Amino acid sequence: MTSKQNLMALISGLLFGLGLAISQMIDRERVIGFLDVTGNWDATLIFVLGGAVGITIITFRFILPLKNPFFDTKFYLPTSKDIDIRLILGAVIFGIGWGISGYCPGPAVTSLVQFNLSPIVFILAFIGGSFAYKSID
Amino acid sequence: MVIESSWINGLIGGILIGVSATILLAFNGRIAGISGMINGVLEFSSGGSWRILFLGGMLMGGFIYEYLLPLPNTPSGDFNLFLLILGGFLVGFGTRMGNGCTSGHGVCGLGRLSVRSLTAVVSFLASGMITVFIMKHIY
Repeated sequence: MTSKQNLMALISGLLFGLGLAISQMIDRERVIGFLDVTGNWDATLIFVLGGAVGITIITFRFILPLKNPFFDTKFYLPTSKDIDIRLILGAVIFGIGWGISGYCPGPAVTSLVQFNLSPIVFILAFIGGSFAYKSID
Repeated sequence: MVIESSWINGLIGGILIGVSATILLAFNGRIAGISGMINGVLEFSSGGSWRILFLGGMLMGGFIYEYLLPLPNTPSGDFNLFLLILGGFLVGFGTRMGNGCTSGHGVCGLGRLSVRSLTAVVSFLASGMITVFIMKHIY
């Protein structure tokens, strides 16, 4: 791991956290408001995901055909192509937890800067759930 | 039905997230998947310092927004502890089982045109919406 790579990781993490904060995705109420389609629906998350995917869908077209990334010798991409019960059930369980708490992992990390208990409790429970799955897998 | 949205903020924030994922892939060849990064840090995966720096950068980005920019602070408050623990556990369990969350499958997987990620995104959006419907309108 070179210092150049570490610097790029820091810069991209900073932009990611700033993006989550500007888009108000670290506000649990907005996220739950988006999932509440039959209530007072808050469409903000559509614009966040749309803006983000609108960028990656274009830039990844140019990046992925490269032989290697600028600062490494290879790309580290998921290899699995299987659409199986594990993928779907895992995503469904994640969605239930997301709906219950209003947090997904990214916003939970960034909202730690608000210094209240909620994201800390969420992340500790996240770690518990992640290791619980790992231990039975 | 009232549609409420601060779409400009959403779009600007979303574009920053897309640029972030672009930088990480173009320079380091890595996917910006937050659940995987947290797991990688906790397991001391080899060559993993970039994960700590990315997560640290996320805190810096949040800090800059909340305390340095002249923008309204994000509302926060403490929330039902039981629901946080249950929700967090299910998010940790489900993202490990399904290999990703909103960032890895959503922002990056859709950007790679991965059918696997599209399947995951549709599944967690649907289950999240059904969960909120049950919690807000049935119970």
